[in-house]
Amino acid sequence: MIKGRGVARRFGDKRALEPVDFELHRGGFLVVTGPNGSGKTTLLRLCAGLLIPTSGELEVNATRGQLGYLAHDPLVYRELTAIENLDLYGRLYRVSERRERIGMLLERFGLWEARSERTGAYSRGMLQRLALCRTLLHDPELLILDEPANALDAAGEELLERELDDLRRERTLLVASHAPERLDRFATGRLALA
Amino acid sequence: MRQYLADAGALARKDLLLEWRARDTLPAMLLFVISVLVVFHFALPQNASERASLGLLWVAILFTALLGLGRAFVAEREQGVLDGLVLAPSDRSTIWVGKVISTLAFLVASELVALPAFALFFTSIDASTIAGVALADVGICAVGTVVAAMAAAGRARELLLPLLFLPLAIPIVVGGVGASLSASSGKYLGFLALYDAIFVLVAWAAFEYVVTE
Repeated sequence: MIKGRGVARRFGDKRALEPVDFELHRGGFLVVTGPNGSGKTTLLRLCAGLLIPTSGELEVNATRGQLGYLAHDPLVYRELTAIENLDLYGRLYRVSERRERIGMLLERFGLWEARSERTGAYSRGMLQRLALCRTLLHDPELLILDEPANALDAAGEELLERELDDLRRERTLLVASHAPERLDRFATGRLALA
Repeated sequence: MRQYLADAGALARKDLLLEWRARDTLPAMLLFVISVLVVFHFALPQNASERASLGLLWVAILFTALLGLGRAFVAEREQGVLDGLVLAPSDRSTIWVGKVISTLAFLVASELVALPAFALFFTSIDASTIAGVALADVGICAVGTVVAAMAAAGRARELLLPLLFLPLAIPIVVGGVGASLSASSGKYLGFLALYDAIFVLVAWAAFEYVVTE
């Protein structure tokens, strides 16, 4: 589903990602590891189509509508409520039975009670849960997750692991993590960036 | 086409809702345009010509629009939301259309206060001036939104926006002042309409390349 050959990215003089070769087959679960500054986020942004490689070849066989991207930032408006944010994305992603899907995700991620609060009042952990709802809203085939456990409490991490366990059976996942050992039982491959 | 308009409408509604809740753009634009008119009222001599005062009206409109454009992508930039919008399968130019609609709404709302205030402080406004302002608003918002998106991605964004926008807005001022003062105002209104047609098309087509690499 994703194939990279010598993929590298520079920002001016700074090399953000050293050339890397990797392949992620449909149904695979590739964990990207590496120290801070090794280029994990850059690689994920390249795969999501938010950046273009400065050298090498990158082939991603998924349309924008088939791709779910969880970034460092939750990518939600702080002046809107959780429902309003998800409704906007639901419209743009043409999610059928949008209200039911939003309700189901908010319930599943423990945000139903806070659904009508502006997200500016959310804790970092709640924002991460909302970001996961946003990522899964359109039921994407390819999931690109940048540090999905970021800011989650123990219950949130457990919930995330259950989700990943479900998702890996039917979806393709590319996940960057500082703590890859928690993902080892799901992973079909590991890509270590230096 | 229906889906395209629905997406643009949803994005514009979102911007209007954000402004309704945050109230950080429109009040600033209103306060600015009134302040500028008051300052000009005292700065211009009593016997200042109509020509000078109408010129100042266009300066006030342009700088008020600049204030609104400077805030057009603040929520997207500060909260990183632009990535989320760009990744959605909807046509990326709908982001531009949505922003143009909301910026236009703020600008028109400012002018609904500014034009009567101008008439009160300076001189009466005729139909050709109002038509000129309406046509200029479209051009200002179309071009300004693309430039604002470019500036939002840069580091010196406060500097970049006026530096990129003001030279592109010179024809709008030429057309606007001409429509307000010239005996053959139709010619200038036609010029503004032509500017709008060309730059709306260019801005619409260019936006995707501005928000992606």
